[in-house]
Amino acid sequence: MSNFDFSTTLGPAWFPTPLFTASGCASSGKELAQFFPLRDIGAVVTKSIMLKARPGRPTPRMAETPSGMLNSIGLQGPGIDTFLANDIPWLLQQNARVIVSIAGENVDEYAVLARRLRSVNGISAVEVNISCPNVENRGLVFACDPQASRAVVDGVRRTLGGDIPIIVKLSPDVTDIVEIARGVIDAGADGLSLINTILGMVINVDTMRPHLAGKTGGLSGPAIRPVAVRAIYQVHQAFPKIAILGMGGVQSGRDALELVLAGASGVSVGTATFSNPMAVMNVQSELRDLLVKKGFNTLKDAVGFAHRDV
Amino acid sequence: MSSINRHAKQVGATLVSNKRIGQYHQLLLNIGRVVEDARPGNFVAISVGGENSGLILRRAFAISRVSHRSDKGDGTMELIVAPHGAGSRWLCSQLEGANLDVVVPLGTAFGIPTEPAQALLIGGGYGSAPLFGLAEVLKSRGCRVDMILGASTVSKIYAPIEGKRSVNSLKIYTEDASAGTLGMVTDPIPSLIEAGLVDVIYSCGPMAMLAAISQIADQADIVHQCAVEESMACGIGVCMTCVLPVENLDGQVAMLRSCIDGPVMDGAKVKWNQVGKVAK
Repeated sequence: MSNFDFSTTLGPAWFPTPLFTASGCASSGKELAQFFPLRDIGAVVTKSIMLKARPGRPTPRMAETPSGMLNSIGLQGPGIDTFLANDIPWLLQQNARVIVSIAGENVDEYAVLARRLRSVNGISAVEVNISCPNVENRGLVFACDPQASRAVVDGVRRTLGGDIPIIVKLSPDVTDIVEIARGVIDAGADGLSLINTILGMVINVDTMRPHLAGKTGGLSGPAIRPVAVRAIYQVHQAFPKIAILGMGGVQSGRDALELVLAGASGVSVGTATFSNPMAVMNVQSELRDLLVKKGFNTLKDAVGFAHRDV
Repeated sequence: MSSINRHAKQVGATLVSNKRIGQYHQLLLNIGRVVEDARPGNFVAISVGGENSGLILRRAFAISRVSHRSDKGDGTMELIVAPHGAGSRWLCSQLEGANLDVVVPLGTAFGIPTEPAQALLIGGGYGSAPLFGLAEVLKSRGCRVDMILGASTVSKIYAPIEGKRSVNSLKIYTEDASAGTLGMVTDPIPSLIEAGLVDVIYSCGPMAMLAAISQIADQADIVHQCAVEESMACGIGVCMTCVLPVENLDGQVAMLRSCIDGPVMDGAKVKWNQVGKVAK
């Protein structure tokens, strides 16, 4: 048990455990610190930050769906300056490892955000969110356009140089996720986050109008887990050396193991945190126990195990 | 550690009793010592549906009253639940002895005057529930407590007999005259203020009611603390779904979370006409 190696790497970044929060499901960590020490998990992945402060969308922003939920927050946030002044110092003071998620309105904005992060000490990695389906301009979904996603990652890579690992978060709402992955890997991504939410919609049959103020929203929760497993499996098969941070409806250690077996080197717990503030910690200990029970000596031995011949 | 929800804990709670009262259920849960940190206005978030449920989100309920016997480590809290959705119906169908997964206490609490004051408590529907726990605290601090409850019809009024002991007066308003006076809870407020009987207003109920009270309180320059209600996914401040447009310290309107910046908010700061719109 004590010899078991639970550590993982996402590109050049090392983490003592493979469990992470999911961007947008843990704010900047302060709210969860009441429930567990943030340092005890792999890293806090912060809510995608943009250049300027954004009020986000009007309410209703949420609808519960069978084994899932839709959200339409619209990237509400304080903007990069306030975030760097308040949230990052606080997280580092907790000795938490931090992956900063960024989102831009255009290709240049991602590079500007990357430039602001370049000089910040203590960040483990940058997650480039190119797949948020919530923002008003449909054109913002870079992740559905191979050229645009490539251009974003290219700009971030040039700006950051080789110092900070880049993880690119992809959308499953595409015809061929492997092709999108190929483009961003060519542009210099160290790893991929799979998957973001799936675009969905709920119509309120009482008012007979869309339930969400933003009309459409991102579907998350256990309902999308098979989609995550499929995307991780396909991308790992095509690029076995690229690190994958897997996410999508993980609630238990068994769920996390499924993503690991498909090819994820790390697992983010997102929506489950809404229903259980201790979810990341619980999944972490359950996954560890399961891997030990199955006879693995290291987490790394289990990554992509489902691809191996019987 | 952060200062947000610093007393909150996830605990296993036993359902001590479950009684139907009119259209509502009165649930008593033993949550142990954590009850000592619960203040009037705080709420709880409860898992619903059981282990294999497709209902993945917790349900939030205002704590109506608490009591504790510290010698035994017992602490019970009372919730008043209206069984209208799948989650609340499941909760109301639970039998005594059931074990529930509860995160408590959450959110802001009603501010209690430092000196004895004349408090007017206004509740709409089962929004009256947390006001009875508040009334007990105010009375114990020497405040005068007048209560006005209202609803569309009598069966939607929640006013337990034992709760009436902690108020100096109780008036009921219904829109169909099925109990008390025909009218709305806002009708008597201006004359009570004019008579010098109101130093502070506390309210809980539908958003339209809170907005109407805020308007009256603003005009008379009376402090109004209201407990707001917005649909929440997490209850702990991470999901950003329960936001309201509220004026912050810089005079700017920001989308604040009703779970951690509320549920108790200063009614004068909430931009009621912008609720459901984007903060400008």
